[in-house]
Amino acid sequence: MSFQPVKFYQTGTFTVGNRLLPDAERSVQSTVRRHNSLNSGHRACQGCGEALGARYAIDAAMEATSGQLIAANATGCLEVFSTPYPETSWQIPWVHSLFGNTAAVATGIAAAMRVKGRSEVRVVAQGGDGGTTDIGFGCLSGMFERNDDVLYICYDNGGYMNTGVQRSSATPPAARTATTMAVGPTPGNPFGQGKDLPAIAMAHNIPYVATATVSELRDLEAKVRRAMEFRGARYLHILVPCPLGWGHDSALTIRMARLAHESGIFPVFEAESGEVTGASKIRRQVPVEEYLRPQKRYAHLFSPKPREDVIRRIQEAADRNIRKYGLLETTP
Amino acid sequence: MKKPFAITLDPGSSLANHTGSWRTNRPEYVDRLPPCNNACPAGEDIQGWLFHAESGDYESAWRALVANNPMPAVMGRVCYHPCEGSCNRAQLDSAVGINSVERFLGDEAIKRGWAFDDPAPYSGKRVLVVGAGPSGLSAAYHLARLGHAVTIREAGPMAGGMMRFGIPSYRLPRDVLDAEVRRILDLGVELELNARVDDILEAMSDGPFDAAFLAVGAHIAKRAYIPANEAAKILDAVQVLRGMEGEEKPLLGRRVVVYGGGNTAIDVARTAKRLGAEEAMIVYRRTREKMPAHDFEVQEALEEGVLIKWLSTIKQAGEQSITIEKMALDEKGVPQPTGEFETLEADSVVLALGQDVDLSLLSRVPDLEVTDGVVKVGANMMTSHPGVFAGGDMVPAERTVTVAIGHGKKAARHIDAWLRGGAYQPGGKHEVAEFGKLNTWYYSDASKTVRPVLDMQKRITSFDEVVMALDEGTALFEARRCLSCGNCFECDNCYGVCPDNAVIKLGPGKRFRFNYDYCKGCGVCAAECPCGAIRMVPEEI
Repeated sequence: MSFQPVKFYQTGTFTVGNRLLPDAERSVQSTVRRHNSLNSGHRACQGCGEALGARYAIDAAMEATSGQLIAANATGCLEVFSTPYPETSWQIPWVHSLFGNTAAVATGIAAAMRVKGRSEVRVVAQGGDGGTTDIGFGCLSGMFERNDDVLYICYDNGGYMNTGVQRSSATPPAARTATTMAVGPTPGNPFGQGKDLPAIAMAHNIPYVATATVSELRDLEAKVRRAMEFRGARYLHILVPCPLGWGHDSALTIRMARLAHESGIFPVFEAESGEVTGASKIRRQVPVEEYLRPQKRYAHLFSPKPREDVIRRIQEAADRNIRKYGLLETTP
Repeated sequence: MKKPFAITLDPGSSLANHTGSWRTNRPEYVDRLPPCNNACPAGEDIQGWLFHAESGDYESAWRALVANNPMPAVMGRVCYHPCEGSCNRAQLDSAVGINSVERFLGDEAIKRGWAFDDPAPYSGKRVLVVGAGPSGLSAAYHLARLGHAVTIREAGPMAGGMMRFGIPSYRLPRDVLDAEVRRILDLGVELELNARVDDILEAMSDGPFDAAFLAVGAHIAKRAYIPANEAAKILDAVQVLRGMEGEEKPLLGRRVVVYGGGNTAIDVARTAKRLGAEEAMIVYRRTREKMPAHDFEVQEALEEGVLIKWLSTIKQAGEQSITIEKMALDEKGVPQPTGEFETLEADSVVLALGQDVDLSLLSRVPDLEVTDGVVKVGANMMTSHPGVFAGGDMVPAERTVTVAIGHGKKAARHIDAWLRGGAYQPGGKHEVAEFGKLNTWYYSDASKTVRPVLDMQKRITSFDEVVMALDEGTALFEARRCLSCGNCFECDNCYGVCPDNAVIKLGPGKRFRFNYDYCKGCGVCAAECPCGAIRMVPEEI
């Protein structure tokens, strides 16, 4: 893994900062010099995981590139809440693309920079899971196969949230959305559908693919830094809980991301040239139920009649992740 | 300004949009009371001094510690650490070894010769402290730092009170005690030894003194009637432990029986063992669970081969033997005689049945309230006689060194206010930071460091200190196990996790501030604060 946790000094690297660590070992987010790429005043909901994830990732990218960064941004929550014309929260050069073509726009920017001999300027493309896994998928796959010099960041909140919580191909099984209602014998989003985009990205054999969550800041920052060490197409998939669409308390955003990781629902790993090089281990394993219960999108699994069968299928998927990515600490 | 195609407005910043207006709950930084501080009889700010120790700044840690308790090296050895008993970390792995870090800081201060901060300017007031035990020394220290001239009169030949004449040296080496007493005297406190005060009012008017703090302790051993043969050797615990400080050690014989179940009984039995007794046996009328002695001390005594006869009373003492009667607990848990007797060999019997206070110095003070042999004091530690305050073992309270030191501090603050014509108003108590208010995910896994212990042969043949110290590395490790319950330790979590950049970092030591112009009140900061130093309160609209 790019990130080696410090396991002592009171809170080690679990917290955002730590006054006991040397400056060089502290996070970008703990410093007063952080760029605040996504500034205050944006219109994201209370406790928005995407706003948080975007600032974490772009601030880290700004730090890694010494501020030489341009971002292309797909339509979606992130664009809508940050840039209602003529205001913007972005404090970096930032372009709004269409919903589906942000990877192509970023490719174009990278090409322009190359032509101008400004190869120190790095390019990021970003979007939500809708703009990435559904609408922008063709452009993204093209960017991957041409190995264009772009870091693509997908903020995955599992649906089209700002248009009223519709299903995307990143919506997890059994989750209720406006288009996968909690009715009938198999309520919510069906099992066996959707895309595993990190795996698809890896199948393109691009230099670097990683997943992260907003609950592991240090890991996320290390992955952005690592991604910026490569030239060519890179993909970072960040899980960002959505209090609105998931139906959890706004204070629980980070906790939900943590439980997604600790239960095995969302494997946090990284891969180089199509090969997994490391996974973030589970520290205190929890059953998936602990992750599902605080979210109203899964309320139908608990009442009026507990759906233990469905919970078991979700648990099985988590257990598969744990096996596949080796998420449990093996005792030597 | 010429604008690009289809652009009619200048670009603006979202900072114009004050999202704070969305808020229905507001986060607030709070300082909650850590359970350790809440439990400390000496009123130490434990979390506060550990904060400095965590960064390796031991001198600042020591200075924060001695603001409340001038004797950390003594405390780190003899305190029964109720702080550790209430430590939130115990619910995670094991309590923070507060006592061992305190001892490390105390020893470090002695080694490095750190002196107390200079006292406040002289107030022009003189205070008499009677008794140079923990309570008297503590009061003298605090009064001196507050700017008063302090004289201690001690009836005995050396300062320390029960710390010297009650606690054996294998628990508190005398050089440590001497060093911490000397440091208090170095503040300008005058100490008169072998200066028994027979009449407090006379002593005050002769001084003259503007106020007095009495802390004479409880030195008179309680006796129990035991029919005894003339040749039987019956001593009391005070006499034995006091005798240990003289040239000639008490002669107890080969088989020593100690009667009682408190910490003093344990101290005597362990002392007897070290003086060469083949057999040291404690006779106690109730069970181990009911024993007032602290369990770890009972454990240490048993390890050293001290024998304990539970549910037994001494009926008779002869020249080389005693008769004991077995007891049985009735349904109320009270021991009742069974009529079953047993004879044990014993060269001497030491009574450790508690102590009474010698109140003769108060005999001429009018209107003094004395209940159960102890002096009644108000919440301000003042007796019913104005200007005469009292604390330690001579007032109703648990009799420990730490409680005594706490009394000294409390009394000093009230005396100071009284001398200045006011009343001391203690600050309001903050709400306690219970375990449920913490987010313990963020703390590294680390179990408690075990203090090294002297090997058994040395333990039972010498008065060397039994429990040894932590070295710098392990003390630092232990300090860093502190969860800082209820008090910000600047982990930057709130600053990092706010999706709205609505937390302003003020720099090292200055903590953080909320920017309510943009805070939407989501509550992520409060949920992710490891130590429970943020509270969400409903907005009033």
